[in-house]
Amino acid sequence: MASHGEALVTARPRVGRSGGVRDRPVLLIGIGVAALAVALVLGVGVGSVAIEPGDTLAILAHRFLGLDIPRTWSDATETIVVELRLPRVLTAMLVGCALAVAGATFQGLLRNPLADPYVLGTASGAALGAAIAVLIPVRFVVLEFGLIQGLAFAGALISIYAVYKLSRIGGLAPLTSLLLTGYAVGSLLAAGLAMAMYLSGAALRQIFTYLLGSFDAATWPRFLGTLPIIVIASVAIMLRARSLNGLLLGEQAAAHLGIDVRRERRILLALASLVTAAAVAISGLIGFVGLVVPHVVRLLVGPSARLVLPLSAIGGAALLAYADIVARVLGGIPVGVITAVLGAPFFLLILRRARTGYEL
Amino acid sequence: MNDPIVELDSVTVAYRDRRVLHDVSLRIAAGERVALIGPNGAGKSTLLAVVTGLLRPAEGEVRLTGARIQELDRLDIARRLAVVPGAANLPFATRVEEVVALGRLPHEDPFRGPRPADRAAIAAAIERVGVGHLLGRDARELSLGERQLVLLALAVAQAAPVLILDEPTVHLDLRHQVGAMDLLVDLNERDGTTVIAVLHDLALAAHFFPRLILLDGGRVVADGPAAEVLTPARILEVFGVDASFVRLPIPAG
Repeated sequence: MASHGEALVTARPRVGRSGGVRDRPVLLIGIGVAALAVALVLGVGVGSVAIEPGDTLAILAHRFLGLDIPRTWSDATETIVVELRLPRVLTAMLVGCALAVAGATFQGLLRNPLADPYVLGTASGAALGAAIAVLIPVRFVVLEFGLIQGLAFAGALISIYAVYKLSRIGGLAPLTSLLLTGYAVGSLLAAGLAMAMYLSGAALRQIFTYLLGSFDAATWPRFLGTLPIIVIASVAIMLRARSLNGLLLGEQAAAHLGIDVRRERRILLALASLVTAAAVAISGLIGFVGLVVPHVVRLLVGPSARLVLPLSAIGGAALLAYADIVARVLGGIPVGVITAVLGAPFFLLILRRARTGYEL
Repeated sequence: MNDPIVELDSVTVAYRDRRVLHDVSLRIAAGERVALIGPNGAGKSTLLAVVTGLLRPAEGEVRLTGARIQELDRLDIARRLAVVPGAANLPFATRVEEVVALGRLPHEDPFRGPRPADRAAIAAAIERVGVGHLLGRDARELSLGERQLVLLALAVAQAAPVLILDEPTVHLDLRHQVGAMDLLVDLNERDGTTVIAVLHDLALAAHFFPRLILLDGGRVVADGPAAEVLTPARILEVFGVDASFVRLPIPAG
């Protein structure tokens, strides 16, 4: 397009103005990856048996890179690192990544800054599923996935499917209808959960542990079983960043910008729900990550989903990895408590220091 | 006359039992500049919804650049028509340049994102609409008029052969109203963009648009140059207002 038209107001466009880290997402990605690497070494080292960072690195290089390194560690140490600590740290990262990506997606899709991965009933569905699994006296395990993981996963997906279907009845605007239906279905399921907990007797603690979320039950098969679901669905969401960007201006404007809003909403809801369900199945309900991480990222790089999604993935992974380290150092406090205690003041600080006003 | 770029054949739209468009046939050629006028509830916005494919007519056919609209997907339509968004309620803090950049979504590579050509189009649109002094600001903090200009820049950056505007001047002061109209004329005459605008201000429509389409009660009641469309008798009949209240300039051209 010719660019010497009559401007209404004479001013030089400065599209490439410098805005600190905002214009250097690669730098942020580098910082995030470095933070993840440090979290990995620290997370493996911390616990009832402390392991030196040097030993951690040597064991990892020996086992996973096949490097020929002289053994300075015991077999027991190697077992702790490889069989206990490593799957736990990696699970924390995977779940953090999943929750942050799902949160960013739900916020963009629902055009609502208060949305999180649990907003459309996934949390209550998963919780009820897990509670039922604890209560029924049947036990079976496939590849270390027991009834709790299976019913939590199914409960999350069934409840969001019900919310989606029910929201299409009636004449409300689709987004309002989704949010209100999610709230209604969530309340109903919460009542079911309360009933299950009331009836559970001695199993109450087990249900409660699930509700607070933890990585105590992390194992290699559970990690490797959910990894492909979360990675594939997250990448599929990132490839649809354009749809989330179009929705910034509303559904009608998105349609005018070439986005098939109904189809994209269906696909993105399904993908984000899958990611959430996989995460809650292996970790329980960990709050705060999915709400806060995308907002922190938007403060740093702006609202474009093309940057928000990958940076949220890294940020969520780092946040949960460090939160789990703190939880273990403090003697097994539920990680969901740590994310709230660490995350809330950090979030408030960032809100205060934000250069441009940031309204929710 | 150029090839038709927007065509409607006997289009009828009904909400429940109320007909809001009644047997409307129109032909707009590439390179035309057309104002849609008419009283509230005449069907102007419904007509735009049909042309942009948001609303499927009960009867009749819509064609864009000769193709039936139901055979085009949203991306095809977005590459043919740029629509200035209505008042946007942004959920997150969004800088002015980030809003304008959304105009490039239909052209963006879905995997690699914006390329240098997209950035050039964004910069050109910002300069052309004159919103460079707003860069870096959160679009949600702007006045309604400033926001309207930013959204106009978005549609200019979209660089489609047809530009569609619904009430582009409601929040603008007099200088910016005239400025926006000059920009539409410039886009039309220099770039060959077909411009279709819904306007309430009959004086602006008469002065800046060579063709006016007057809708009333879901029908086209007049179509042609301002001197033919805006006769005192018709203004009284359609708007119920004595034409001496409407100070019409001598129509351009």
